[in-house]
Amino acid sequence: MANVKTNTEAQRLTFWERIYLPEIARGMGLTFKQMLQPTFTRQYPEERWEPEGSYRGRPVLVLEDGKERCVACGLCSRVCPALAIEVRAAETTDDKERYPEKFEINMLRCIYCGFCEEVCPEEAIVMSKDYELVFGSQEEGILGKEKLLVPVAQLRDRLEFLRQWK
Amino acid sequence: MPQLIIDGRVLEVEPGKTIIEAAFENGITIPHFCWHPALSPDGNCRMCLVTVGAHKKDSDGALLYGDDGNPEVSWFPKKQIACATPVTDGMIVDSISKETVETQNAVMEFLLINHPLDCPICDEAGQCKLQEYALVHSKGKSRFDEEKVAKDKRVQLGPNIIFDGERCISCSRCIRFADEVAKQPVLTFVGRGDKVTITTFPDTTFDSPYSMNVIDICPVGALTSMDFRFKARVWEMSFTDSVCPGCARGCNISIGVMNNEVLRTEPVTNMHVNNYWMCDHGRLAVPTIVNNNRTSGPMIRRDGVLESVTWDEAIAATVERLKSFKPQEITILGSSLASNEDNYLLAKLAKEQLQTSNIDYIQHLSHDFGDDMLRVNETAPNAIGAHTAGIAVGTNGHGVAKLVDRIKHGDVKVLVVLEDSLDDFSDELAEASAGVEALIVLTSHTNLTAKQASILLPTTVFAETEGTFTNIHHRVQHFSPAVVTKDNERLMTMKQSRWDKFGAPNDRWSSGEKRDARPAWKIIQALCVGLGANYAFGSSGDVFNDMAHHLSGFKDMSYPSLKKHQGLILGKGNSPEKEEEVYQSHVMKPA
Ligand code: SF4
Ligand code: SF4
Ligand code: SF4
Ligand code: SF4
Ligand code: FES
Repeated sequence: MANVKTNTEAQRLTFWERIYLPEIARGMGLTFKQMLQPTFTRQYPEERWEPEGSYRGRPVLVLEDGKERCVACGLCSRVCPALAIEVRAAETTDDKERYPEKFEINMLRCIYCGFCEEVCPEEAIVMSKDYELVFGSQEEGILGKEKLLVPVAQLRDRLEFLRQWK
Repeated sequence: MPQLIIDGRVLEVEPGKTIIEAAFENGITIPHFCWHPALSPDGNCRMCLVTVGAHKKDSDGALLYGDDGNPEVSWFPKKQIACATPVTDGMIVDSISKETVETQNAVMEFLLINHPLDCPICDEAGQCKLQEYALVHSKGKSRFDEEKVAKDKRVQLGPNIIFDGERCISCSRCIRFADEVAKQPVLTFVGRGDKVTITTFPDTTFDSPYSMNVIDICPVGALTSMDFRFKARVWEMSFTDSVCPGCARGCNISIGVMNNEVLRTEPVTNMHVNNYWMCDHGRLAVPTIVNNNRTSGPMIRRDGVLESVTWDEAIAATVERLKSFKPQEITILGSSLASNEDNYLLAKLAKEQLQTSNIDYIQHLSHDFGDDMLRVNETAPNAIGAHTAGIAVGTNGHGVAKLVDRIKHGDVKVLVVLEDSLDDFSDELAEASAGVEALIVLTSHTNLTAKQASILLPTTVFAETEGTFTNIHHRVQHFSPAVVTKDNERLMTMKQSRWDKFGAPNDRWSSGEKRDARPAWKIIQALCVGLGANYAFGSSGDVFNDMAHHLSGFKDMSYPSLKKHQGLILGKGNSPEKEEEVYQSHVMKPA
């Protein structure tokens, strides 16, 4: 360390820089200039942002004809790197044979990777545009079927995006 | 013995074997669906097609070799099925060349033409032969543009089996099993071509006591179990090798557990005990035994009601009662339901600590459970083991036969019962046992005797601990813990399924009950120590090693050797059977 020259802040600054005043004036100049530029700030939450179909918000289940598309194959739950999904299957009388008796996503575990959506053979779980996730307790962060099921009409953008790019 | 070459390996096999058998015995697996070593060859699936030829000879009969030193072969023009072609001397078989594999791929394409895209909802997925071979032998694309044929998807073939016509690849394994092994020939093919399907003959149902084995040998998911249907996917469970406690045959089994609950039982091939099979009774009994009606947490009767106490309190109270009576006032009942280790320590408690000779066990004999296949009339798993471990009436002692009279005469003050419910012996005994001063019960189930207990010490069942049973043919067999209890929790972590392993307290999916039960040997050891012994067995293995040291029957045995040889015969610890390739139809491939 002996041959390293000391290079403190004070030594690097010039005299004018060290007395600050011109620098303050320069800073204020920049601020005033920006005040006259067009604004980009969004007045959230009054003004909400609508994401594109490519956005990966909270994963939801597709509700079609009053039923879930999900057949409870458990692949999302297997692929989920965060172990956020629990699926329990049961038998139905209709052609699909099985449905998820219980489907829970623990949003405190979910990392929004979208693997569940990618692996789903039925296009039954997709990433929604929903990014507003606040929970008052750990229990509340575990979403059951009633919170997960979203009518297919509201998910058109994402399904369109998947058809095109998946 | 005929000598043949399969894929460049020179093999010598017994005459009369088929190519697939010769290959299998030597560790070469030829793809197959309909062949099963226990069933007659049927040759219908064509998956095992191989190229067969003979070594070329010149006009003098000398064998010809090519420039590279390899034999010159005259190949048969058509491919042969390995499962029904007997080996002949000098035969040359190729199962791996590009041409052969392409033939197998073509068969696979035919098999997949009408196969539904059901894997996501199919119970077989993850251990399905069709999936497995599709990975290797299929392009992943179908050239079949037409509609797939639709068949019935929910046909009940018997009380325990549901058949899905679309998934069936018509291999006839189930039909041959019913005819040849279960000896209940009620299954048959009907229809022709792509309409062919399986049904039972009119007015029959496939209800053989072994019917559920067809679920295991069905190479696809066409046969599903009424009991298990859709309960879990195979990769969600952990599978642990164990021994069926349903009868004294001791069929080797694998126990599937999820969320600390037994969901599924499957036979494990052991050619010395159960071959490839197990009975339906055992298969359905195992989940019931482990999951239902269990005791949890020690209890002491105070003012007529059983109250929960800590283990230390319960042990201390038991020791105190054992100390306060004369040896001949104490009677000890071991159990043919408990492991060798449990019975061994109980015998030590009786003989070395209490010096009582009143020691016996209750026999579980049925008149009609046994048959000429696997089931035997002895319906407890370990009578031979209990006896060998030292549970036998001593000189001047009294057994279970005179117990009722002795209790009525006031000769029995303390009765220690391991596992059994006394009403299994007689209702009279159960009634009389209420009259002893202390009824100390070590049991895993809330049976009648548990309800009458003065002190209740909950024990683990076979699926929650490591141990051994000795079957009716004197074979000592090892089982491992599959289910977590408060006692074995730390040892079990890595053995659990992915879900159970990584579940945190705030995950609702890891909510399975962990029972507060201990292996009986551990409880008995604590009692012995309370009575002044200096035993310090740390694990079931330590107890077993002690047995191997002191009891001639178990000489030269250890857990690793029992596992390696799939069990050893009493007294023959150092002469295991020859190891052979083991065929398991149903395998879960490692992830
Ligand atoms: S987005 Fe990723 S982390 Fe979230 S549930 Fe799906 S697979 Fe799991
Ligand atoms: S039988 Fe096998 S290939 Fe067919 S649907 Fe079931 S898992 Fe898939
Ligand atoms: S049900 Fe299974 S075992 Fe029976 S013929 Fe069909 S595929 Fe083979
Ligand atoms: S034959 Fe006995 S040991 Fe075998 S599965 Fe049946 S009950 Fe269990
Ligand atoms: S295994 Fe040989 S034809 Fe099926």
